[in-house]
Amino acid sequence: MLNSLAAQAIFYVIAALTVGFAALVAFSRNIVYSAFALVGALMGVAGVYILLAADFVAMVQVLLYVGGIVVLTIFAVMLTQGIGDLAVSNRAVGPGAGLAVVALAGAVMLYATLRTPWHLATAVAVASTTYGIGNAFLGVYVLPFEIASLVLLAALVGAVTISRQDTPPPADGAAEKGRS
Amino acid sequence: MGGGITLEHFLVLGLILFLLGAYCVLTRRNAIGILLGIELMLNAANINYLAFAFFGGARYDGQIFAIFVIMLAAAEAVIGLAVILAIYQNLRTIDVDATETLSG
Repeated sequence: MLNSLAAQAIFYVIAALTVGFAALVAFSRNIVYSAFALVGALMGVAGVYILLAADFVAMVQVLLYVGGIVVLTIFAVMLTQGIGDLAVSNRAVGPGAGLAVVALAGAVMLYATLRTPWHLATAVAVASTTYGIGNAFLGVYVLPFEIASLVLLAALVGAVTISRQDTPPPADGAAEKGRS
Repeated sequence: MGGGITLEHFLVLGLILFLLGAYCVLTRRNAIGILLGIELMLNAANINYLAFAFFGGARYDGQIFAIFVIMLAAAEAVIGLAVILAIYQNLRTIDVDATETLSG
């Protein structure tokens, strides 16, 4: 399936888009640009998922990541000030040290990736995966599935608790009285 | 596979995304920027999961792990952004270098 010329072209286009947007996320000096570039990177990753015959995961990616997490991140960017963020690098790890660490880790991982004799299965027929994933979630993986719902509930309650303002409202704010 | 797209193509793509995310996490001062880098790294791991699932035969296991990763990333983003907003309310900045009030 991935041997045709069209598939190769699609892969390289999607990969270039994804890496380009991801580089914009990593190197942009403005955090707003980074947040919006993350949308492009995540959409590109969704395209990679579709190339890998994972249609359901690609839809989950678009719905949850692009629709949820990125919107939440952009909200947080807009709610916090000082978003110009010209001092990109932190004091502990400058761009040079960061690049050195990343280059070292990348070299090791690239070596491991290219030298390992991967066990490849024969290609299976591409079909819709929603039926199988649903069966697996309510069969073999039912316990992690239920625990995941508990984790999400805990995250929800925890986020509300953490971000609630405990500081007393200003004295002249009559409209603030009904809040707490 | 003779010139087609192989497993290594996807692994290298995931590797590049992971390294960009790691660089973002290492060098940013803005706490939200660090969270963006973490999202990139999680996506790189997901690409590896799905690539192994596609080329290794066991398709649903890898895809289910990817869905779990996406779901936990959502929980992580919610908690992380709530913590960042709480820090911002207290310190009026989200510069991670400024949040050193706990260090002796």
